[in-house]
Amino acid sequence: MTTAPTQSPAPAKRTFTAAASEYVNDRTGLAVAIKGLGRKAFPDHWSFLLGEVALFSFIIILLSGTFLTFFFQASMASVHYDGSYVPLKGVEMSVAMASTLDISFDIRGGLFIRQMHHWAALLFVAAIGLHMLRVFFTGAFRKPREINWVFGFILFILAMAEGFTGYSLPDDLLSGNGLRIIDGMLKGMPIIGTWSSFLFFGGEFPGTAIVGRLYTLHILLLPALVVALIAVHVGYVFIHKHTQFAGPGREPTNSVGPPILPIYAAKAGGFMFLIWGVVSLIAALFTINPIWNYGPYDPSPVSAGTQPDWYIGFADGALRLIPPGWEFVWLDRTWSFNILVPLIAIGIFILLVVLYPFIEAWIKGDKREHHIADRPRNAPTRTAIGAAGVTFYAGLWAAASSDLIATHFHLTMEGVIHALQAIVIIGPIIAYFITKRVCLALQKKDREIVLHGYESGRIVKLPGGEFIEVHQPLDEYERWRLVSYNSYQPLMIRPNARGKITVGQRFRAGMSRWFFEDRIAPVTRGELEAAHSTQQHH
Amino acid sequence: MNRSKRRTGRRHPLATVALLALGLVFTGGAYAALNTGTAAQAEAEPTSQQTIDEGKKLFQANCATCHGLEAQGTGSGPSLIGVGAASVDFQVGTGRMPMQMQGPQAQQKPPQFTDEQVKQLAYYVASLGPGPDIPADHLVNGGGDAANGAELFRINCAMCHNVAGAGGALTEGKFAPPLTDVSGVHIYEAMVTGPQNMPVFNDLNITPEDKRDIITYLQYIQDNRSPGGFELGSLGPVAEGLFIWIFGLGAIVAITVWITAKSN
Amino acid sequence: MAQDDHSGTELAAADSSHAAQEFAGSTGTAVIPHDAFTNPGFEPHRPRVTDEDPKRQKRAQRTVYTLFYLSVLGSVWAIAAYMLFPIESNDVGAVRLNNMFVGLGIALALLGIGFGAVHWGKSLMTSAEAIDIRHPISGSQATQQGAVEVMQEADEESGFSRRTIIRNSLIGALLAVPLPAVVLFRGLAPQDQLPVELLSHTMWAQGTRLTLDPSGVPIKASDVTIGSAFHVIPEGLNDLEHGSRLEEKAKAAVLLMRLDPSELNEAPDRTSWSYDGIVAYSKICTHVGCPVALYEQHTHHLLCPCHQSQFDVANHCEVIFGPAKRPLPQLPIAVDDEGYLVAQSDFTEPVGPSFWERN
Repeated sequence: MTTAPTQSPAPAKRTFTAAASEYVNDRTGLAVAIKGLGRKAFPDHWSFLLGEVALFSFIIILLSGTFLTFFFQASMASVHYDGSYVPLKGVEMSVAMASTLDISFDIRGGLFIRQMHHWAALLFVAAIGLHMLRVFFTGAFRKPREINWVFGFILFILAMAEGFTGYSLPDDLLSGNGLRIIDGMLKGMPIIGTWSSFLFFGGEFPGTAIVGRLYTLHILLLPALVVALIAVHVGYVFIHKHTQFAGPGREPTNSVGPPILPIYAAKAGGFMFLIWGVVSLIAALFTINPIWNYGPYDPSPVSAGTQPDWYIGFADGALRLIPPGWEFVWLDRTWSFNILVPLIAIGIFILLVVLYPFIEAWIKGDKREHHIADRPRNAPTRTAIGAAGVTFYAGLWAAASSDLIATHFHLTMEGVIHALQAIVIIGPIIAYFITKRVCLALQKKDREIVLHGYESGRIVKLPGGEFIEVHQPLDEYERWRLVSYNSYQPLMIRPNARGKITVGQRFRAGMSRWFFEDRIAPVTRGELEAAHSTQQHH
Repeated sequence: MNRSKRRTGRRHPLATVALLALGLVFTGGAYAALNTGTAAQAEAEPTSQQTIDEGKKLFQANCATCHGLEAQGTGSGPSLIGVGAASVDFQVGTGRMPMQMQGPQAQQKPPQFTDEQVKQLAYYVASLGPGPDIPADHLVNGGGDAANGAELFRINCAMCHNVAGAGGALTEGKFAPPLTDVSGVHIYEAMVTGPQNMPVFNDLNITPEDKRDIITYLQYIQDNRSPGGFELGSLGPVAEGLFIWIFGLGAIVAITVWITAKSN
Repeated sequence: MAQDDHSGTELAAADSSHAAQEFAGSTGTAVIPHDAFTNPGFEPHRPRVTDEDPKRQKRAQRTVYTLFYLSVLGSVWAIAAYMLFPIESNDVGAVRLNNMFVGLGIALALLGIGFGAVHWGKSLMTSAEAIDIRHPISGSQATQQGAVEVMQEADEESGFSRRTIIRNSLIGALLAVPLPAVVLFRGLAPQDQLPVELLSHTMWAQGTRLTLDPSGVPIKASDVTIGSAFHVIPEGLNDLEHGSRLEEKAKAAVLLMRLDPSELNEAPDRTSWSYDGIVAYSKICTHVGCPVALYEQHTHHLLCPCHQSQFDVANHCEVIFGPAKRPLPQLPIAVDDEGYLVAQSDFTEPVGPSFWERN
């Protein structure tokens, strides 16, 4: 594969591959890249592939989306539908809706591509979410990767924006009511609200401009940003090299795994086709967004079970959980706290997510580069915070389907809403404590295993008549997996150079105490020797 | 059914069974013998005095406890005078009546009477006062305009029953039932009588032809499964989201585990 | 430091003492015990069955090429299905078959390649791991120093720090230059309209007949029996062109219901707004604007399917549950000479979601 540029006359016998690669390289200098990257190691763990799921589903979205643009017409001009679908024949609708119906019913394979596009979009955002959880719980956002966490986070937001703009394009009843909610939320903002909605919709809601505008965002601006940020994000993965879990031979200073060429290329390339295959399979067999049921947008009808796609669900759920009456007229102006509070709560949540790496780094004061991924149990407070965040998000998300939960489990919708209100507030606290205790317990168990070995299940009788269970000692490789992590201790408050204890310092110490008060240190050699000697005394 | 109705559910559950058994013993034998003959007769001459009399017997054996011996209503059940044959045919024909247990609303269950008996009950109640009649065949057999029906369905029905007729939630544990597998006759009767908390859609609101179109649309979506494949209950984005997380991402995570597992 | 491109089967532990110096940095509050375990180095390499057993290797090879051939079969099938299952019959079932069979062919084609390639990688390619040596992201001291020097020279040569007045005026100009672009976005909405004005009025006016949605047939009071719910649009709405029709409908949609007059608790100043138990309320939710159309005829509750706000029709649609605050606006109605229901006036307040300037 790698043929360095050479001035010397060619050897007598040259293969075609060699000749071709030399031809290409003489004009591109690609040999540098192949030599540099071809044998790079990519650490192997199933959770390290989640980002690729997002990347590969994005490729489906780009390809299938391009196909759809050949047929979709982003116009809100009115036509009478004259396609194949009988229950909509003669119905007045926008050109956008009619062209989407034509893609579904009058272009062979069009429905398949449309369904692939939409399913891949749901998968794209879901994969980003799961990938972020992996990065969070393994501490893979620590130095030097904090900025890449921010880029990834922006990608998550852009993906949701891509999804929502796409969901709104067919101008059907479901997405029209979704835009109606966006209009209502915009109007609820203080000062800028009314005008924002007016400008966004090009006049009064719904107007005749919004589909065209969303289309420009959906196929031009947002994809350009997503592609650019993916390039940056993946570029940083190359620069930083991937994290790896602790293991024999794995050091903070190396990166161990199958080489990119050929094994990783085969696996990742194959994986790309597998994801495409799974999405194709789903698109072939499962309906998504049946706009022919929803019909064209009309401000009067609405369907039971009107919900956004899953990734906007948490915002919709937050709106549902507000108790009655949170809206006031003050200073002759309307203050819609029933809209502001959910937006602010979500805003704070999002801000905490994006800032978390910087907060944790500040508390720890650890300036080293971290390339060994944490096992979640070895960072109990972080894992517990993550569990609390997941619970909060899940509560909001579930609230977006409160009506379906009520009908499917034979509950009252009022009861479901009240229960979810409680879960969103108390749930994260409970999840925090349970997770933290579970992590600490698992760490204790690890210590126990390192010190005394595995329980073998074999009982022997000692000469003295005593029964004991034989413990299987660990080999050094197994042991290394369990002991190679850092524990942190709470920060001691010390006066600074001018003999003062600053508020910032005090705050940092408080946070540090909260994080590291309960800590379980890895077993040291001394402890292991001590444990062995007491065992021999038995 | 409002508060007064709910109290009916206090009866011992076996009471209904006992009443039903009693009614069947009294009337069942005769019908078994006459079954085919009376069916044709009833169709041809629905309001014959004999039908009404049989209906009255059935009524007094099975319904009078709550609705009163003369269907005048009691503390536990509303008056049925003037509700019409359509109402009885819907309530009894879909198994909602006799009511079996207390709950936010009468539940659909297997009908407890034969079609024949349902008709007799219906015409007995119809004889007590004028009310909506059981619709004629041509209004419920699906020969209308599906596109008009679909539009009317979206405006008048979809907010409770969902655009694909999958049903939806109402307040305090009540719900609008799914419309799949509901016969055209029962849908028509529900529209004209407004059972439970459903509003009434009289013929001046939605004309009989419009009702026929709505039924035509519902039959269309029932006969023509979704072109995209399995519908996931036609529940919309929630079902789609759960599907992609559990089955889509689930399958892919299984694949990642396989890819990175050390081969032996 | 070792070379970057450590490759192939070389399994040497990194020189950790050297690396530690290079990666120096404050450990913060991390606890580094003096007698911590040290890395035992790599485990011995474990061969796979396909490395040792030529028969298994043969079989794996067979599996891989079979999968690739299956993929070809899938592609061929997808093309065949495209032709075998036309959809031009106006039949939904045909679309379903086309979608399914084209899709299954493509899925097989993709999954065949995917499973084949991964299986090849897992069972037949050399399984040794590669080792990369990491270097600090910041680069070497010399590089950092070099970068600083470049910046300093650039600053020196341009005088960026020195000539403060030039620098500050440039910053000012750069801050001002995006402002015209912001102003240009005013053109997103028509110049001759004001949103608050538009939001405050609907099509309803004195004498406008209440008509059925969507047909536009006028409604007589006698048509509205007790327990009915009529979905209503103003007379003349259907004469508007598509775009403005939807805008007007988004404000003017009304739900008409008839209750037993004894069940209505009407405020004294509003008793004339209803007609013999017939009431008309805006259908647009005061929360974020979904159509509130789920009417329960016995409880007289109206439910919004989007966020579950509930309104009590018997009590002027006051909110009894959910995030909405304001009652649905009531449309005052009367009956004209011919017995048709008409509006007494426009709504007396803006309909739909709250907005900042509303008071």
